[in-house]
Amino acid sequence: MSSVTTSPGFSLFRYAAPNVFYPLAGRMAPLFAVLAAVLAVIGLYIGFFMAPTDAQQGDSYRIIYIHVPSAWMAMFLYVVMAFWAGVGLVFNTRLSSMMAQAIAPTGALMAFISLWTGALWGRPTWGTYWVWDARLTSTLILLFLYLGFIALQAAIDDKRRADRAGAVLALVGVVNVPIIYFSVKWWNTLHQGASIKPGSSSMADIMLTGLLVMVFAFWMYAIAAVLVRLRAIILERERRAQWALEALERGTL
Amino acid sequence: MQWGSLENFLAMGGYGFFVWGSYAVCAAVIAAEIWALRQRRRAALADVKRAQPAGRAA
Repeated sequence: MSSVTTSPGFSLFRYAAPNVFYPLAGRMAPLFAVLAAVLAVIGLYIGFFMAPTDAQQGDSYRIIYIHVPSAWMAMFLYVVMAFWAGVGLVFNTRLSSMMAQAIAPTGALMAFISLWTGALWGRPTWGTYWVWDARLTSTLILLFLYLGFIALQAAIDDKRRADRAGAVLALVGVVNVPIIYFSVKWWNTLHQGASIKPGSSSMADIMLTGLLVMVFAFWMYAIAAVLVRLRAIILERERRAQWALEALERGTL
Repeated sequence: MQWGSLENFLAMGGYGFFVWGSYAVCAAVIAAEIWALRQRRRAALADVKRAQPAGRAA
């Protein structure tokens, strides 16, 4: 038997077993990848060929179609990462911790994209690539939290201890997410306030449509990337498990 | 089409450097992540093969 530690009879935990989730993730990842590609093509077509030039910002505003989705995903992925890290910490479920580990690099990538595109948008709009204000600084801290989580996990050889240490860091860092979100309200900042609020938005409909399609494209991409990375992490950690060897012999790994 | 020509499209109303600088780096880091994921999966599969008991090598 494999070393899987699921409670017998508790079906909710069935997919918490890495050997059960592994093939499921393998079937889901391509679907999300295709969705991401299709949505990106549609979103960019709307953003570049249907949405008009902005009256105030000219065409520089078109950076929004990758800036806002990456910034949202950076925040969202952090919360999801901290959630799974916390679940792994409390319930000692291995897959939860692997999920947190799988999310971190994609979250860091999203934070980097949002900072980079923000800098290139800030220059023509505010006259500067960077300013140490609340929104930008807290987003930079978000990037460092991701990188710190990755470095901490890599520095500890014992995987279970690495998971626990990473979980504590991830959970402490969650406090940064509402700070990012509300920073434009709480402090004086160059960064504009939220253009999109439930029920009311200060954007033209076609721009908003393009933006939302791109948000979903980034979302689907993040899910696909995380699932593929999760599968690799499962193999890295379970390479000696019987199920992995059997799947390898069947050619289904 | 609102751009009229490829030159106009690439110029982005004078903001070409900022717009394309954003999109190019975004595409590059996503491509890098996809490449890194492929490498990681390959390495993980090789790990499993190495972990096989002797005499059962596939």
